[in-house]
Amino acid sequence: MADLMRKSGIWIAAILVILALPLLVKSGFHITMLNQMGVLIIFALAYNMLLGQGGMLSFGHAVYFGLAGYSVAHYLNGVGEATLPYLPVSLIPLMGGAVGLFFGVLIGFVSTRRAGTTFAMISLGFAEMATALTLIIVTFFNGEEGIQTDRWVGPEPLGITFGSDVQVYYLIGTWCLLATGAMYALTRTPFGRMCNAVRDNPERVQFLGYNTHRVRWLAFSLSSFFAGIAGALHALNIEHVGFETVGIAQSGLVLFMVWIGGASTFAGPVLGAILITYLNSNLSDLTEAWYLYLGLLFMVIVMFAQGGLAGLIVMHEPIWKVDLKLFRAMVVPYIMGIGSTLIACVGVIGLIELAYFMSTRATAETQKVLYGFDVDAASVVPWAVCLLIAALGIEACRRTYPPMSASYNTAIAAVKARMAM
Amino acid sequence: MSAFSPFPLKAKMEVFFFSVFNGLLYGMLLFMLASGLTLIFSLMGVLNFAHASFFMLGAYFAYQISKYVGFWPALIFAPLIVGLIGALIERYGLRPVHKFGHVAELLFTFGLAFVMEEVIQMIWGKVPVPYNIPEALSFAAFTWRGLDYSAYRLFMLLISVGIFVALFLFIAKTRIGLMIQAALSHPQMVQSLGHDVPTIFMWTFGFGCALAGIAGVIGGNVLGTEPSMAITLGPIVFVVIVIGGLGSLWGALLAALFIGIVDNLAISFDLKLYPIFALFGVEREAEGIMSDLVNLTTGGIAPVLPYLMLVLMLIFRPRGLFGTRDV
Repeated sequence: MADLMRKSGIWIAAILVILALPLLVKSGFHITMLNQMGVLIIFALAYNMLLGQGGMLSFGHAVYFGLAGYSVAHYLNGVGEATLPYLPVSLIPLMGGAVGLFFGVLIGFVSTRRAGTTFAMISLGFAEMATALTLIIVTFFNGEEGIQTDRWVGPEPLGITFGSDVQVYYLIGTWCLLATGAMYALTRTPFGRMCNAVRDNPERVQFLGYNTHRVRWLAFSLSSFFAGIAGALHALNIEHVGFETVGIAQSGLVLFMVWIGGASTFAGPVLGAILITYLNSNLSDLTEAWYLYLGLLFMVIVMFAQGGLAGLIVMHEPIWKVDLKLFRAMVVPYIMGIGSTLIACVGVIGLIELAYFMSTRATAETQKVLYGFDVDAASVVPWAVCLLIAALGIEACRRTYPPMSASYNTAIAAVKARMAM
Repeated sequence: MSAFSPFPLKAKMEVFFFSVFNGLLYGMLLFMLASGLTLIFSLMGVLNFAHASFFMLGAYFAYQISKYVGFWPALIFAPLIVGLIGALIERYGLRPVHKFGHVAELLFTFGLAFVMEEVIQMIWGKVPVPYNIPEALSFAAFTWRGLDYSAYRLFMLLISVGIFVALFLFIAKTRIGLMIQAALSHPQMVQSLGHDVPTIFMWTFGFGCALAGIAGVIGGNVLGTEPSMAITLGPIVFVVIVIGGLGSLWGALLAALFIGIVDNLAISFDLKLYPIFALFGVEREAEGIMSDLVNLTTGGIAPVLPYLMLVLMLIFRPRGLFGTRDV
């Protein structure tokens, strides 16, 4: 019993959190944000079936997300006009999944013969084609306007109309749990292990008698299926599907989420989707430079933390499993290192904010509020101060990072010594 | 690029002539980008997603420099600065990522393209900047059957052909060029012979970026200098190097010219594709999606064609037309 509790504890916690969240946050803004998070968690996990588990870097996975969204929007409109048979709205994500699966099987067959750069470029080609087709096949995509739809159609079982965002929230929450559970279960199957093997050493897998193309193809198709579910929920959530949902920007966003969160762990994409959606909702009004920060964060993660944020957490797991006391020696170096990073960030963000303010301001006004101070952005003082802070912070990082990693290595060595005993 | 309005039938010859000419020009611009990219790609195995961003950087630098000292200094200095920035990014950004493998490098350049677009928006704003063709060259070079051809376009063609010749001489005749050729086919061997391959990488990267920068300087004022110019041109350049074949400059040249001319002809003639669909028995008055298909014209499908070629090429012949290695 205790074992079962331990294993399923995180899932029970997730169910409770999903059930309780709408009671805690009342504002429509936050519900909208939570809905987006749910959709993007599914999409990010589906994307990571390719990138993290299968080793396939795609620049066009939004194609399956978007095509499913368009199909569902057309279906809902058809039901609304009573030209198509009714299907309960809560089952419509399955239909989106089927659309995603269909295109995934089709396109996956030709694009998964090779992994690596070839696969990445084929996915880019399909993404660009899909974007161009949105302007050509107007009856289906409706050009730049996209398709408007209405999820409030057909009979109302138990009074559920999906008229309110909270009802959609529970729909997305349920599907998010189901899809996450299914994708997690998939990683534990022999097929999931084969995906990892094909990612790590395709030649060896071929020698063992497996068909690498078929493994990649199946992974690609299943990933497109889940991307389709996410796309359908997206269409249900915002009741509009635009040409940008199939484009490279959407694919790039999910790539950022997965890589920042961490592609090497199952929970990484979830973390990334929650974090990026949260920041996107809250920061994009606050600063015009939000996308620049997102890009810089991504590049820093690519350069210094291959495992993403989740990877940074997971690498400390052996320490807390063996002995929490080992963290004691790490506290001071870690505080120093993180503190220096924060100082550097304060300086760099100040510079970026000043630059954006100067280039985008509409009036000749040069007064700006930066970190609570009233500064004159045209004078040299705030620039010099920010530059100084940034330089100090970066120099401090250079000095504090070696002790930080040394303290980590000492702790890991201690862990290894205990394990050997 | 090819902004011709529909012409009457009797003007077909002129349309053909001018679209081939414009296609050559567009193709040479593409080649300037593609030659650097294919060198970087085959030398380092890095598909530089940000390559077109250096083209954009060249255009913006040229705009800024020509605002103060005129177009001609910009033609020299903008590519040099772009090349230097490229070399620095290779040294301090890309090289540390190299040990994580090609996917990480690809991700790095993808992030770089994203960041560069945002930085350019931060400095020069989101709307196009007024980077115009120089006064000295804004006249009609020649007039043929009533159609003017601008002197600046002729100048672009001259510059790009000049660059092309210089590039071939550089690769074939100089010591560094020979080293690059050697490193293309046998990088480990070159390293074993005591050459500093990482430094070759750095300067090749910078050199490729500078070539893209020149294309930006001479193309930015015709194509329009705006933050989205990299993302629209970038994928086409990938198409060029894949079709031409990895590491093959001749392949890149032919593919660039082919794509440039096909694109221009498809748009200026704008032929209806209905006869093809009629072969399959599709009715002219079809409904739904079929109605979009029967009304297609070559101009309408022109944006799809390069990517269709890319995908087909990667599926059936991943080494491209003239390549010796698979992608």
